[in-house]
Amino acid sequence: MSSAPATLAQPAELSREQLIPLLQEVQAKDGYLSQTAMTELAQALDTPVASVYGVATFYNQFRFAPLGEHVIEVCRGTACHVKQSLTLYQHLERRLKLRPDGNSADGRFSVLSVACVGACSIAPVIKLDGEFYGHLTVEKLDALLDGIDKHDTESPTEPNQEQPTEASHS
Amino acid sequence: MNRSVLIEPCCSLCTHSPGRPCPDLITCIQEGPLCHDDDTCRTLRAERLETVRRGGDGTVLFVGAGTCGRANGALHVIAKTKSYLEERSVPARLVEVGCVGFCQREVFVDLQKGDGLRLSYCDLTPDNVDEFLEAVFEKNELRNRFLYGRYGEAPGYEDVPLVADTPFFSRQTRVVLENCGLIDPASLDSALAAGAFAAAARALTTMTREEVCDMVAESGLRGRGGAGFPTGQKWKVALNTAAHQKYLICNADEGDPGAFMDRAILEGDPFRIIEGMLIAAYAIGATKAYVYCRAEYPLAIARLQGAIAQCRKAGLLGANILGSLTDLDIVIKQGAGAFVCGEETAILASIEGGRGMPRPRPPYPAVAGLHGMPTVLNNVETLANVSGILRNGPAWFRDLGLGEAAGTKVFALSGRVRNTGLVEVPVGIPLREIVYGIGGGAPEGHQIKAVQIGGPSGGCIPDEYLDVPTDYGKLQELGAMMGSGGMVVMDERSCMVDVARYFMEFIRNESCGKCTPCREGTTRMYEILTALTKRPVGEEIQRLERFRGLLHLEELAATIKETSLCGLGQSAANPVLSTLRFFRDEYEAHILEDRCPAGVCQGLRTYAIDTATCVGCMACKKVCPAGAILGERKSAHYIIVDRCLGCGACVDACPKQSITLVA
Amino acid sequence: MSIVINGRELQFRPGETVLQIACRAGIKIPHLCSLDWSPSPSASCRLCVVEVEGSPKLQTSCTLIASDGMVVHTHTPRILKARRTIVELMVANHPPDCLGCHRAGTCELADLARELGVRPRQYVGIKKDHPLDISSSAIWRDPNKCVLCGRCVTMCHQIQGVGAIDYIDRGFRTQVGPGFYKGINVSGCTYCGQCVRVCPTGALMEHSHVDAVVSELGDPNTVVVAQVAPAVPATLSLGRSKPPTVPVMLEHLAAALKQIGFAAVFDTAFSADVTIMEEATEFLGRLQGGGVLPMFTSCSPAWINYVELHRPDLIPHLSTCKSPQQMAGALIKEIYPKYAGLEDKRIVLVSIMPCTAKKYEAEDLGDVDYVLTTRELTTLWDRFGIDFNKFEDRLPLDPPFAEATGAARLFASTGGVMEAAVRTAASLAGAETPTAPLNEARGLDEVKCFTFDVGDTTLNLAVVNGLGQVRTLLEEGPADLHFVEVMSCPGGCAGGGGQPYGTEAADLHRRLDRIYDADAHAEVHSSHENQSVAALYEQYLGQPLGEVSHRLLHRTYTDRSSGVLANDDAQTKRGARAGAGAPH
Ligand SMILES: Cc1cc2nc3c(=O)[nH]c(=O)nc-3n(C[C@H](O)[C@H](O)[C@H](O)COP(=O)(O)O)c2cc1C
Ligand code: SF4
Ligand code: SF4
Ligand code: SF4
Ligand code: SF4
Ligand code: FES
Ligand code: FES
Ligand code: FES
Repeated sequence: MSSAPATLAQPAELSREQLIPLLQEVQAKDGYLSQTAMTELAQALDTPVASVYGVATFYNQFRFAPLGEHVIEVCRGTACHVKQSLTLYQHLERRLKLRPDGNSADGRFSVLSVACVGACSIAPVIKLDGEFYGHLTVEKLDALLDGIDKHDTESPTEPNQEQPTEASHS
Repeated sequence: MNRSVLIEPCCSLCTHSPGRPCPDLITCIQEGPLCHDDDTCRTLRAERLETVRRGGDGTVLFVGAGTCGRANGALHVIAKTKSYLEERSVPARLVEVGCVGFCQREVFVDLQKGDGLRLSYCDLTPDNVDEFLEAVFEKNELRNRFLYGRYGEAPGYEDVPLVADTPFFSRQTRVVLENCGLIDPASLDSALAAGAFAAAARALTTMTREEVCDMVAESGLRGRGGAGFPTGQKWKVALNTAAHQKYLICNADEGDPGAFMDRAILEGDPFRIIEGMLIAAYAIGATKAYVYCRAEYPLAIARLQGAIAQCRKAGLLGANILGSLTDLDIVIKQGAGAFVCGEETAILASIEGGRGMPRPRPPYPAVAGLHGMPTVLNNVETLANVSGILRNGPAWFRDLGLGEAAGTKVFALSGRVRNTGLVEVPVGIPLREIVYGIGGGAPEGHQIKAVQIGGPSGGCIPDEYLDVPTDYGKLQELGAMMGSGGMVVMDERSCMVDVARYFMEFIRNESCGKCTPCREGTTRMYEILTALTKRPVGEEIQRLERFRGLLHLEELAATIKETSLCGLGQSAANPVLSTLRFFRDEYEAHILEDRCPAGVCQGLRTYAIDTATCVGCMACKKVCPAGAILGERKSAHYIIVDRCLGCGACVDACPKQSITLVA
Repeated sequence: MSIVINGRELQFRPGETVLQIACRAGIKIPHLCSLDWSPSPSASCRLCVVEVEGSPKLQTSCTLIASDGMVVHTHTPRILKARRTIVELMVANHPPDCLGCHRAGTCELADLARELGVRPRQYVGIKKDHPLDISSSAIWRDPNKCVLCGRCVTMCHQIQGVGAIDYIDRGFRTQVGPGFYKGINVSGCTYCGQCVRVCPTGALMEHSHVDAVVSELGDPNTVVVAQVAPAVPATLSLGRSKPPTVPVMLEHLAAALKQIGFAAVFDTAFSADVTIMEEATEFLGRLQGGGVLPMFTSCSPAWINYVELHRPDLIPHLSTCKSPQQMAGALIKEIYPKYAGLEDKRIVLVSIMPCTAKKYEAEDLGDVDYVLTTRELTTLWDRFGIDFNKFEDRLPLDPPFAEATGAARLFASTGGVMEAAVRTAASLAGAETPTAPLNEARGLDEVKCFTFDVGDTTLNLAVVNGLGQVRTLLEEGPADLHFVEVMSCPGGCAGGGGQPYGTEAADLHRRLDRIYDADAHAEVHSSHENQSVAALYEQYLGQPLGEVSHRLLHRTYTDRSSGVLANDDAQTKRGARAGAGAPH
């Protein structure tokens, strides 16, 4: 489900300082960084491709494959850890049969474990498609996912829906 | 409220214009007019200020909609309120404000009546907001179950406690957070009405750079980003290094999991940061400044962007600021998810468009930083303190702290404590005061075990040591660190080995991978800690390995600490060392008895099937991911301890509740 | 100014690091990441830590600038323990392959492990597990043996200005390699081999031809002949001192090669003289006939790769001359069988070169069957039991490609091609052949620009010492250049990517001195005075740039820039990374 590579709006003077902002821009547009986009960027910035890739792989934010339809961000900050957020993550792993890249076996879900999302007071927290859910337990999580499953089977969404913008801030 | 009303001239005598800025603009707005003596103008200006302070004419609802408020449903509260007001044509305005800091009781809504009465309500949720609105606007019941406190005089409501007198706030000293949750962070006017930019104006128009540096040095302000380096001293180094270009960087990376002070300030009072940066940039002679903010803070970034745009329009940023011939441009750089990019040389690499890998110091950034030019890096909270120092003088700032220490520090209190949120206290206050006094201690029926302070670079301080003052040196003696201000409370339900392992996993994932001890060593430490939280599989040799592991932990910790290139590696072992020091018994229980006293470590857990009640339905056998359950249909089942992963899947599957945890 | 290291008072020059001072004084401080010529130390290995009195922290001596009166200790118990732990950590994440590793014996990591008394299997756990990269014909990579010192990245980016490889990923997963985890063959790598030469371990290597050559030597149906580049005899040393003239060394090499079965050994310097004849003629043609100027030399194959991959716009500027290796290849294959009456035999030509890029060039252009680097040559000695330290025998090189001039010897150094070309061009243009050393072209300066008068024409000349300086010249150099020499490797072939492993600048200086000496002691100094070359033209080639020489000695170039990391989005190796930052 790759979208067309981003054709970059070229600011008058591109400098290496803009590499990360441009990568962010591409990802915001495409949902992930394609090799095409990274190669184009390297050319535009007169920087080796290896370096562009080196920078992109250094930062957690960047993804190299498209996300699933639903994005679940499990907070793994300290407060959430102390309140057993690992259990939530493991539950998702089992229930969604997560692959090593964090996508579910059926490709519908992407599960990201993220650093503190700033809602420690309602830990443990997840963000599901950009919405916060706090004080979570395995049961509540199951209820949420059941809801989604039900909704999706009743009104299937187009696979190539817009990515939730929040998700790019993982 | 994007257009500044306050900057408009009062009459034709006011000569301020963006092209020819008046050096007295700020004072004039806040106390003016200065250049001419006219009562009408004076009244006009005073009235404008008063209106701005109230958020407009008539009834105003201030909704705490910072990130934590939003996590608690603030946006839904706002949406519901909006439609309520519209449907009933209630003439009240809604203003989004930042977080007052009492996250536990979010969503906060302040009701401001046209006569100046301001009452604060809390615990609102999308579900109960209708009840609240009904009480206020239909039944006129301002004293309802959501009422938290009052601000100011509040005639008729004197019996309601002042917000500042409630237990959560009364022990705090709010300086940096003074405006958070009270002013409209999207409005320059709102900040100006609260006194913003007076200090910057004074510095730029009446003080030399040296004087500003001296004043900050004299105040005793130390960096709030973790290391606690004296701020004035750092500025002087940059000021005294000759260069044709200097830079200022505001470090808003705040990567410590469990810290959100900087975010709250950026969201609730962005103009304070801009003012601090303006002063700092002037002091060192920088004309270009960056805010390096983590991308996970979209709201903070939006607020800051808005604030920068307004300041630029009002001539408080850009060229020839307030006619002082000082130029400053602020650019926001979004981090891309790397904890190490909070480190000062890694930030530089990241801003330059590279991998955020630290480089050796010296040269320090203040001498050769961004693009090789002198660069001062300061934390958000450090910069937020600067305007207060200029306004009230260094002595005032020193007196804020207890004992030797100066000023206040904001902590993000979370974890197993009754009141969570942001607390600002005098530096030097004992930890116990924060955790028990403000935080209210452990939740009902529980017992505080330790407080983790300083995040992944810090340590765990056990309950009996909580009388330690929050002082850079004293905390270090206990193997912890002031750090950036994350403070996570743990009770008996937390396993300290697990906590050490958690932080080591964080560090291992966040190590930049440049230098050997940190890259390789943290992974080995993490592996050893993980082994401790798992049952050794039968054999003696594994048991021996786990013993050896404990020795290795100490050996590795020493080398990583001594030889790592940057602060991340140098402090990586702190969580392990401090838990080893204070909670060795828990480590020993894990190693010697294969037991996790807190029952957290899943790998040490196991379950047993009550053969008396087991009906042999095989439900457990089917779900066990490890194939650890044996048994024939209709006869009792057994769990093979060595194979059991401790996941507990079987417990949920058993229709007879025959499966229980073996302690 | 002086500092005290381990109780010894040592003098130093301002700006020197403690590591440099200690090394000079014979105090060995382990250092895996620093490079003698690196502009900014990465300080990543952390092995060079020392104690400085008055400072509680250990400090890395590679970054520590000495100051007067500093008191340093380099081998205290605390330091030894830390160093050992660091190496143990490296070993814990390293394959236990020493017995089958090409670096056994020269490996800096293995040496350190032994020196520091590393305990076997001290730390255990996950290990990196990357595939071997054998995609190219010149350079192979085994990322599992990489200790992430960063030397190669420094060479490739800061020194060579190529950037084919970089750090990828983060933390424990970090590795060094081309973008998208692809093979080095599509990375834009020029195969200059500078990265290989400085790698402390077996993570980078040339694609070795030793086994293949050994098996050809054992094949009764082939005639194996060798050509030896002038940098090789300038590099290898014999145990006892010999007169510093290159032919002596060359004759030892010839004798040793013949002992192990080579039928004939030729001097690549001969074809360097031919190169000069062709190149000088071509240059004068362009100068007088309004051809594309400046003209760039074409004898450094990594430079050719650089142009074809990264700067195809410069192709018209390249001299069409093949490199000396390929000229020799063509001449040997064409002439030698007839000359020696071996027309019914299969001739196998092995080049012995200081260069890794020539492996690619040989494969690309043919004629040369195998290329051995200087390093591989020593492996070959070892394989055949030749103790070169005690080697006495000498044999002359084989005609018709035995005779070479001092000018050709200079090819092995930066500026040497320029100097040789100037001598002959002057004469061809009817001016007097210069005899004094062309000092403006010599030495290790990065870009050397100067003028030279030939008759009444003033030529603007430039010598680029190292690929990374090409940009400098093009961006900052004079506009109206006529002729430019580019040597890919800093120092020229003397510092080539196939030369012995090492990071010390002193080695290079020694080799350059030997090259200049060889020119000084040569009987003939200018290529056009080489009698064998003259005979070759007379009997075979006719004119420089004539029809035959055009067929044998010149080449064309291809724009290969679109092949640099042409991407395959369809099959990215790496999947989505699920929020790798926070622990699960
Ligand atoms: C691994 C690491 C992470 C850091 N993260 C932050 C951070 O998120 N925010 C911050 O202000 N300082 C952080 N610091 C501290 C900075 O390096 C630096 O000391 C600080 O920004 C200086 O500002 P200050 O003097 O105002 O504290 C970090 C340091 C290290 C070693
Ligand atoms: S200590 Fe860790 S984070 Fe710091 S430079 Fe070394 S590897 Fe990178
Ligand atoms: S606890 Fe889990 S792993 Fe252990 S036996 Fe039961 S189902 Fe299996
Ligand atoms: S690189 Fe060195 S340590 Fe590694 S296998 Fe080769 S010889 Fe051994
Ligand atoms: S051979 Fe040269 S161009 Fe290729 S990776 Fe190594 S240093 Fe870079
Ligand atoms: S730790 Fe999860 S929201 Fe802060
Ligand atoms: S040589 Fe100094 S850190 Fe590697
Ligand atoms: S070997 Fe590199 S220039 Fe000759």
